[in-house]
Amino acid sequence: MSAAELVSTPRHRGEPGRHSKTTRVVIYGLLLLFALVYLIPLVVMVMTSLKPLDEVTGGNMFALPQRPTFGAWVKAWGEARIGVSDTLGISGYFLNSIKMVIPAVLISSLLGALNGYVLTKWHFPGHKLVFGMMLFACFIPFQSVIIPMAVILGWFGQIGQSLSDATGYSFGFGNPIVNLVIAHVVYGLGFTTLFFRNYYEAFPTELIKAAMMDGASFFQIFRRVLLPNSTPIFIVTVIYQFTNIWNDFLFGSTFAAGDSSPMTVALNNLVNTSTGIVEYNVNMAAAIIAAAPTLFVYIVAGRYFVRGLMAGAVKG
Amino acid sequence: MAALDIVALRKRFGALEILKGIDISLEKGGFLVLVGPSGCGKSTLLNTIAGLESISSGEIRIGGRAVNDLHPSQRDIAMVFQSYALYPNMSVGENIAFGMEMRGVPKPEREKAVAAVAKTLQIEHLLKRRPGQLSGGQRQRVAMGRALVRQPSIFLFDEPLSNLDAKLRVDMRIEIKRLHQTTGSTIVYVTHDQIEAMTLATKIAVLKDGEVQQVGTPAEIYNRPANLFVADFMGSPAMNLLEGKVTKSGADVGIRLERRDHPPILLPLPISADGSKLSEGAKVIFGIRPEAVNDTESVDSNAKSVIHFDAEVEIVEPAGADTYVVTRAAGKELTARMRADTSVKVGDNHTFAFNLDKAVLFDPATTARI
Repeated sequence: MSAAELVSTPRHRGEPGRHSKTTRVVIYGLLLLFALVYLIPLVVMVMTSLKPLDEVTGGNMFALPQRPTFGAWVKAWGEARIGVSDTLGISGYFLNSIKMVIPAVLISSLLGALNGYVLTKWHFPGHKLVFGMMLFACFIPFQSVIIPMAVILGWFGQIGQSLSDATGYSFGFGNPIVNLVIAHVVYGLGFTTLFFRNYYEAFPTELIKAAMMDGASFFQIFRRVLLPNSTPIFIVTVIYQFTNIWNDFLFGSTFAAGDSSPMTVALNNLVNTSTGIVEYNVNMAAAIIAAAPTLFVYIVAGRYFVRGLMAGAVKG
Repeated sequence: MAALDIVALRKRFGALEILKGIDISLEKGGFLVLVGPSGCGKSTLLNTIAGLESISSGEIRIGGRAVNDLHPSQRDIAMVFQSYALYPNMSVGENIAFGMEMRGVPKPEREKAVAAVAKTLQIEHLLKRRPGQLSGGQRQRVAMGRALVRQPSIFLFDEPLSNLDAKLRVDMRIEIKRLHQTTGSTIVYVTHDQIEAMTLATKIAVLKDGEVQQVGTPAEIYNRPANLFVADFMGSPAMNLLEGKVTKSGADVGIRLERRDHPPILLPLPISADGSKLSEGAKVIFGIRPEAVNDTESVDSNAKSVIHFDAEVEIVEPAGADTYVVTRAAGKELTARMRADTSVKVGDNHTFAFNLDKAVLFDPATTARI
């Protein structure tokens, strides 16, 4: 996609005859080839998911479905056995992922924006050090924070237990989905802070001063002046965080278990089952369902993504 | 009671002292222009008045009330920023009303105030637009509208015209001057442009390295600059500053300007100078503006003290309204202003005339005016 965009930039479009015909044939031929290479796995997945099982096991992988059916999709969504769980289908896990990803993305993005705002417009002694440390957080691998994170989440679990004993309600402490939200927010904060800080660094400070003189408070400036002008970077951050959190497997498999697992873990449990025959069509349908939300986010917000990445460069 | 008093104001960033004891006061309805080269501290000074920068010591009083520790929004001031700082996500009307909204003014009242200001500035047709859809001059007006609507006791302008092209800058300068005359508002205005300073101010403060060099009316600053820096900074083309020596014969004090290929120019003491402390042979800097260096036909006929001398023309610069002629005296270039239709040519030996009524003398050691 991005290569095609590069070729069709106005610079080239405005100069017809710049490339000879053979050059163009080679360029488009190569682009087509790469597009095919990228598309084939998806095509095979979609085709396989639409075939009944006997056609999958007996036929050619590239053959078109003879008797197309959505049976595999229905089964993946609501009937397939996931690991050893009694809950059937991936629908529940899909919902788990939605419940995890939306608060995690929104909270981490908003906190990142707030951090960026403070780090660029309310300089305090040592703000550079704080930013450096937040930046450092981007380079910490997932694996190395698992055990400390598990310990902390364990404390939260204990707090939840005591609250539950005392009031009959745990206030979300110890809930696996809440735990995953916390883990992803903490882990994502470094990235979201980096994005927003760099964007706000180029944001005119005079606007903040003008709002101060107009009598706006710290949060009023943030909400009324800064946030409404942050759409591009907000979209970038949301896409980045959504993709990362939705696709995460390590935190999901570590901090949630059984019925509270996110989609990625459920998909693994479905595909890696070692009993019975492997229902490739069901697996493919489940995999496509698992990938659909990130695709959706890219398609809806993709044009902002490119614009957002460019915004910093243009403003300079 | 003065509208603004700045008393012994100091501002330090760590070990670096940006403002080194500023004392300025401005009467109600006055137009104070802070002018100086970049890095002189004029914008910092404005920001301390606005409350956007804290001060290290001293006091700022607005309308007699000390505002050192007051938040910018409580100082009864409004500011027009260099970049205009209009909120891009709000319409022009919302921009102007934002301050009132933050102070909880009810909506009908806000709309009335916005309409009144829009009428004054003739931007009524723009109220629904976004700042991004406006031209530079329109943005400038909106920025002024946002300040006007607050009806503050002092307006602060931070180089408001520097982003406009040359023609628009002149138009907006007149606009600001008219605004000042019709509303009688008190204004503090920062610029590095000495023409803006001259044309707008009722009072100019020239700053350099965080110190006030001179405070005075535009005429005082221009005609009687307190020191060499002010003399050189204000005026375009710059004042001619020539090195000379004091000559004394009895009570008569004169100045002698040496020249290499011509006899020296002998001048009587300029009227502005106090010759009582000058001793024979002492070095002085003789300052004279280009418009006080003419030729015999264009020299001011009312001038009391005129000295003629011959010199070779090195460069002729026609500037439309006038022609600037560059010659040489006392080892330095000397710019003279002649009539536009003057017939002088490069290489001519021309008779020039110093109008000594307008000349000033400086002490080269202290740089102060004598």
